[in-house]
Amino acid sequence: MNVIRGFATTFKHVLEEPVTVQYPEEVKQFNVRYKGRHHLRRYDNGLEKCIGCALCAAACPADAIWVEAAENTDDERYSPGERYAKTYEINMLRCIFCGYCEDACPTQAIQLAHEFQLSFTDREDAIFTREMLLDPPPDGVPGTPQKVERGVFNRSIPDQEDPY
Amino acid sequence: MGVVSSKLGNLGVVTTTLDTAVNWARTGAMWPLLFGLACCAIEMMSTQASNYDMSRFGMELNRASPRQADLMIVAGRVTRKMAPVVRQLWDQMASPKYAIAMGDCASCGGVYNNYAVVQGVDEIIPVDVYIAGCPPRPEQLIHGILTLHESVRVQRLEEWVS
Repeated sequence: MNVIRGFATTFKHVLEEPVTVQYPEEVKQFNVRYKGRHHLRRYDNGLEKCIGCALCAAACPADAIWVEAAENTDDERYSPGERYAKTYEINMLRCIFCGYCEDACPTQAIQLAHEFQLSFTDREDAIFTREMLLDPPPDGVPGTPQKVERGVFNRSIPDQEDPY
Repeated sequence: MGVVSSKLGNLGVVTTTLDTAVNWARTGAMWPLLFGLACCAIEMMSTQASNYDMSRFGMELNRASPRQADLMIVAGRVTRKMAPVVRQLWDQMASPKYAIAMGDCASCGGVYNNYAVVQGVDEIIPVDVYIAGCPPRPEQLIHGILTLHESVRVQRLEEWVS
């Protein structure tokens, strides 16, 4: 009798759908809070959100981020406020995708999105520069640097609604 | 000039076809070494289990003996004490052999930027593919393996023979 019960379990599983995710063809939907590759976001007017404060680099437990800031002018404006990130590099092989940079960012410039296909044949390729991380500007909006009206973008950190 | 192409003279078609056949065989049955060092090994086990099923790529099972393995997936941080062991395992593997540095710690030390951990396993063995992630998801590991397969597919046989 136990034999029949045992084989009943086996045959029940024969009829089940296979569980294998056929990865390269079919990608499983990740959780919304999954942390993948970083993105540097832009405002709707095309200016970069990153102001080069390097708080992300300070928060990074693996020292994966390197930021060098430079001064903005109204003729060549990259981001609101005084400074922008001239160099912004993330070593994807150092980064542990903890999201502390995202939490530390005062302008919500850096965000971890869902790209996960990060394999490299060379360690040099793993260093993502500012150009690779920046989102493209929204449709019909020029990228940076922009020539803007004087005295409009004085504040580094815009008035934000409470995210919670 | 390798032995094969010099023996065959101008028969480029033959060597190219042979390249394709050999590379097909190498990518089709690249058995990894049963070898895990840290938390990345958990994800490696998950990749081999039925949910992601690495045997779809010809990695039917992990060989516990380095003599029978073609691929070393260094999954986890390599401490200075473990480094000679990893190197010995690599030396015991039969050529052609490939190495994947899975995860941050194997690739460049990751968060363990200290004296006890080897800052990147490429200090001791030649690594073909580095996979970012801490630890990488099974999808990321499979992507790394497919990257390795792509780089193996374009290899020329004469590079191996000579």
